[in-house]
Amino acid sequence: MLISAIAQGLLWAVLGIGIFTTYRILNFPDLTAEGSFPLGAAVAVTAIVNGLHPLLAMVLAFLAGMGAGLITGLLYTKGKVPVILSGILVMTGLHSVILYVMQRPNLSLLNFPRVYDVFDFLPAYFDRVVVGVIVLIAVISLLLFFFYTSLGQAYIATGDNETMARSFGIKTDRMKIIGLIFSNGIIALAGALIAQNNGYADVNGGAGVIVIGLASLIIGEVVFKDVTLGERLLSVVIGSIAYQLLLLGVIRLGFDTTYIRIYSASILAICLMIPQLRKGLRLGTLIGKEA
Amino acid sequence: MDTLLKLHQATKTIPNESDLDNTILDHLDLTIRKGDFVTVLGGNGAGKSTLFNSITGTSLLTSGTVTLSGQEVTNWQEEKRAKYISRVFQDPKMGTAPRMTVAENLLLALKRGKKRYILPRKLKEQRTRFEKICESIGNGLEKHLDTPTGHLSGGQRQSLSLLMATLTQPDLLLLDEHTAALDPKTSKKLMALTDQVIEENQLTCLMITHRMEDALVYGNRLIVMENGKIKLDLNKEEKAKLTLEDLFVLFEEEQVSPGI
Repeated sequence: MLISAIAQGLLWAVLGIGIFTTYRILNFPDLTAEGSFPLGAAVAVTAIVNGLHPLLAMVLAFLAGMGAGLITGLLYTKGKVPVILSGILVMTGLHSVILYVMQRPNLSLLNFPRVYDVFDFLPAYFDRVVVGVIVLIAVISLLLFFFYTSLGQAYIATGDNETMARSFGIKTDRMKIIGLIFSNGIIALAGALIAQNNGYADVNGGAGVIVIGLASLIIGEVVFKDVTLGERLLSVVIGSIAYQLLLLGVIRLGFDTTYIRIYSASILAICLMIPQLRKGLRLGTLIGKEA
Repeated sequence: MDTLLKLHQATKTIPNESDLDNTILDHLDLTIRKGDFVTVLGGNGAGKSTLFNSITGTSLLTSGTVTLSGQEVTNWQEEKRAKYISRVFQDPKMGTAPRMTVAENLLLALKRGKKRYILPRKLKEQRTRFEKICESIGNGLEKHLDTPTGHLSGGQRQSLSLLMATLTQPDLLLLDEHTAALDPKTSKKLMALTDQVIEENQLTCLMITHRMEDALVYGNRLIVMENGKIKLDLNKEEKAKLTLEDLFVLFEEEQVSPGI
């Protein structure tokens, strides 16, 4: 059970990293995630069912997510549609795209290969752990490389202070589009990983994923303060695992899994309130010095 | 001397559905020559900030033209004009990226108006240079190269903003009441530093200020704005004859004049 939760945490961490690149760096919430996540799942599962190699299927999922992000980005920057609404529009539209891709609301991977099969000589769930770690290393190192390039610094500056960024000639609209493209590509990749873990893709698979992604982000931030960008990305992974363990704990306590969403939302709500609670109760940080 | 910036019949109106349109810049003509250091005075609503925004491209004119070094830039986006124009804002929070360090901010400024590629940023190579520049302003900024700018004092942030704006010689430097948010002592220091930087780099500069003393002491030209127009434009000699009393009288008049 424990190793299963850790494996889940690692796979969901990919989603957290994707959300981080817009929510925390560009400083706006992108609701496209709830559409690009099931889109990634649908594209990957459909590709595998049609005989493509799972790795290739994941590449396609990534590209599909990038396309979704591009549309949100264009609506937001060129169409001047508020970012939340842009995300909602694309998310809504993607529902039909997913149905079109799968030609049905739910598609099973039963008896089809999955990316985890490469490591099927390992004990149960360890294949997921290994794949999760490999994907996370790849995604995090690519992102870190990008963040420390000239373009990446301009990207960070755009989220940090847009007025200043523009006054130094940074094309902030382009930065936002780039961010939305890659963020949604990563989120779709997470969708592809989770679908292969679950063994199916569902058109409604995106509902509530933002809460899961944000929870890993926020838990990571509450536990680890004042860290470098690289450490921050790792803290998202740790936060994601912690979140899965918390959920496992809640279920172990005998709560009915039918109502799992309210547990997710409550965990996130509590984590978001921790800074405020700490102030009110004059408690120290969970780890380390007094607040 | 060569003309650097020319505004011709610059007009900015904000449509107002229920009432008359609000004219913020009213057929304004202004020519700035290379090497001018112009101080800009004017009451609230005179159009000073809108003038700046029209020059930088932050907001586009309703009608009229902006010409920079002989090239018409009226419809250029702010990002494109940034190659030639740099700006220091009034609010210390506006000029720097708060979560990025002093060195990272300087590195961003070093690439002002240049293409930014997916290539390593090469911060280490610039460190000694940045340390030297920061040392030259004498407020200990060089010890904070790795401090996020959000943790700096207002004075440090504004002097960093000034460094960033002038790091790569801009054709035109715009200072928008950049000392107004600071305490008198820090404000004085920053103004002296500003004058020194402009002098050393022979920059062309427009400076909005509320401090009439500064408007008199600094620069070689003074303009006074009122109701979206230039009310007074004094050259070096005329400005030298002007006294603080003259300015006070001028602004007293303005307050009783219609339209305010």
